[in-house]
Amino acid sequence: MAENTTGYRYYLTLCDGPTCMQKASRTMRETLERELARLHLSDKVRILVSGCLGMCQKGPILIVNPGYAMYGRLTEEAVVRIVEEHLFNNRPVLDFIIDEDHLFNKFYRVFGDVNFFGKQMRIALRNCGVIDPESIDDYLCVRGYEALAKVLSVMTPWEVIAEMKKSGLRGRGGAGFATGVKWELTAREKSDVKYVICNADEGDPGAFMDRSAIEGDPHTVIEGIIIGGYAVGARNGIIYIRAEYPLAIKRLERAIAAARAAGLLGQNILGTAFSFDIEIRLGAGAFVCGEETALMHSIEGHRGMPRPRPPYPSASGLFGKPTLINNVETWANVPVIILDGADWFATLGTKTSKGTKVFALAGRVNNTGLIEVPMGTTIRQIVFDIGGGVPDGRRFKAVQIGGPSGGCLPEQYLDTQIDYESLTQAGAFMGSGGMIVMDETSCMVNIARYFLEFTQDESCGKCTPCREGTKRMLEILTRITEGSGTAEDIVRLERLGALIKRASLCGLGQSAPNAVLSTLRHFREEYEEHIQHKRCRAGVCQAMLSYAITDACTGCGACRKACPVNAISGTQKTLHVIDQKACIKCNNCFVTCKFEAITKS
Amino acid sequence: MSDVKTCACCGEVSEEQLLLQLDDVLAQNRSKEGALIPVLQIAQTMFGYLPKAALKKIALTLGKPYSEVAGVVGFYSFFSTMPRGKHLVRVCLGTACYVRGGKQVLESFRKHLGIDVGQTTEDRMFSLEVARCFGACGLAPAVMIDDDIHQRVKAARVGEIIDQYRKEKKPAKVKTQKKGGK
Ligand SMILES: Cc1cc2nc3c(=O)[nH]c(=O)nc-3n(C[C@H](O)[C@H](O)[C@H](O)COP(=O)(O)O)c2cc1C
Repeated sequence: MAENTTGYRYYLTLCDGPTCMQKASRTMRETLERELARLHLSDKVRILVSGCLGMCQKGPILIVNPGYAMYGRLTEEAVVRIVEEHLFNNRPVLDFIIDEDHLFNKFYRVFGDVNFFGKQMRIALRNCGVIDPESIDDYLCVRGYEALAKVLSVMTPWEVIAEMKKSGLRGRGGAGFATGVKWELTAREKSDVKYVICNADEGDPGAFMDRSAIEGDPHTVIEGIIIGGYAVGARNGIIYIRAEYPLAIKRLERAIAAARAAGLLGQNILGTAFSFDIEIRLGAGAFVCGEETALMHSIEGHRGMPRPRPPYPSASGLFGKPTLINNVETWANVPVIILDGADWFATLGTKTSKGTKVFALAGRVNNTGLIEVPMGTTIRQIVFDIGGGVPDGRRFKAVQIGGPSGGCLPEQYLDTQIDYESLTQAGAFMGSGGMIVMDETSCMVNIARYFLEFTQDESCGKCTPCREGTKRMLEILTRITEGSGTAEDIVRLERLGALIKRASLCGLGQSAPNAVLSTLRHFREEYEEHIQHKRCRAGVCQAMLSYAITDACTGCGACRKACPVNAISGTQKTLHVIDQKACIKCNNCFVTCKFEAITKS
Repeated sequence: MSDVKTCACCGEVSEEQLLLQLDDVLAQNRSKEGALIPVLQIAQTMFGYLPKAALKKIALTLGKPYSEVAGVVGFYSFFSTMPRGKHLVRVCLGTACYVRGGKQVLESFRKHLGIDVGQTTEDRMFSLEVARCFGACGLAPAVMIDDDIHQRVKAARVGEIIDQYRKEKKPAKVKTQKKGGK
């Protein structure tokens, strides 16, 4: 895919997403290089490193091109055989290919026809896993910076904005505001200084789309930002990224330096009158800083607290200047729209939601990882076709979409289409794209409590409904999970929730009760069970559990010693028993047992 | 930090020396708009935490009241005004890890280390923190100790993990935290 296309016989792509890295991609690379050298193939095979391919469950992953043979669950042995049989003798090693189907790379239209990819369509992630993210040459080979060149040479800023509006692209950071309209509002402002910001704060727990997009293809995001700068008349771009993403930061720094060196950033870009540069700012660990006004306060060096809007950032943003702020994934769509046209883009998706959306699929699902699907795909297709369903023969219970601002949808909503309106109507929220699957081992009251604990913790404390309200709701939920809830508590939760939604200043508070309200709506009976029967059907809520010791007990005595109330009895090497009356359910024995002989139910 | 003088006996850089270096950092950044947070991030990387003397110096040089600087430091969870332990244990409680039992893992770390979240053990070996998602959701529950990610951690095996780090006897150094700073 790079310079010198003729010299190489094979191109290998090694996924270095964090999951694959942890599963030892690094040592794989060493083995690969050693084996290639042994068979004198080092200069015939080029190794590319790609960002996360999204197939974390099957990692480490190696793709051999041409032919697009995808190998998964790599071991040393597999690597040795692949080099010998495939790269040396040109015979793919079927044993290690994931799915026996071959993967035909049809560029970003459709990634391939392995089940995992078949229902996917990659636009924002089109280059992730295909090019080396640290090589600007690789990016240039896949039409990189062509959109920028087109914009600068043949389009006026207003034509760019018109194209964005026509595409129907909406913000991928959560709320789904029309991107072209936002650009237009910012462009209309008269000011000598304007800013363009890329929001890479990605604070939702369980979401890693933006990180993977940047790690896998930083130049796409940068190109999008430059085009945005041209369209609205800004000279300064800022990428605000979480400090927790060191690799993404490194890749961005390199990409920016490479773009500068190539004359794609800085003074007189591509010899035109347009000058623009990008600076990176790091977050400092506050979820609320993902909210646009809080984010700008943070860049200014203040506490990251939101302020009421209007004025919107387009009128008065960073340092009081007109500011255009978009999410990473939104930016990544821009070059494609410019190159392939708004008309093409607008054919994808549903009536109100165009294009694709990236989701981080995790939790109780077979194929965890990163996926990109056309808008309009159903949740069922994502969970069962792409995700491969729920593992261990368990039953699907719910899917949580939209992170702390989102909600839990039960089975009867599986056919809901992914688009902004349908999700909101169902009681969830597009959010930035976290999607967590739950089975019967998840307690919905506990999950609601988890999310509320998160928002309560992250509430910046500025406005009272959010600061105090979430605290009170959390107290009530805690009480219910501890077995001392009362029937009125449900009513209280609903009343408080409605109030916090209405009276809070920013999106954090306005959406904080969603987790509780959506579970109350769809799983009310679980709340009632907790309150009336002191029963947690998932076996999660500690206070409602009873512990028992099974035959797997070796009589080692570890649990007996760990029990703070001496509720466990038994002599060495004989089956121990728990005195249910004395047990305080502290979980110590469960944690201590090395033989998994203690069960809770 | 190659030109940093280290103490010959323990490899530790004295705080006075670091304060002098902070002057350089401030000189480079003071004219930048919104310099406070980047400066704090660099300072934390240098010291391992944010000592009062450093905060005072930063406030003075950037012409901000100390209260404002302290307010910013208190707001962001990334900043710490307490020295941290040699090893930083961060238990992920992102949604995927939570659903897969991250909380039991945290509980187990608490018990084994005898400290609460946000605290450091008396021997300054371990600090315990909660994290929200390293993006290792496919391998939940995950725990990050210094720069290593431990995956599919079982609560019952936490003791063994801690012992691994206890046994390693690296010379104590001012901890340079890689995350965030450059
Ligand atoms: C509490 C809260 C957290 C947010 N976190 C993020 C985030 O992590 N990333 C993001 O892009 N947008 C986040 N947003 C949305 C931003 O405020 C803003 O709408 C977005 O950056 C606009 O970009 P878009 O139009 O491209 O979506 C958050 C909003 C709220 C209320």
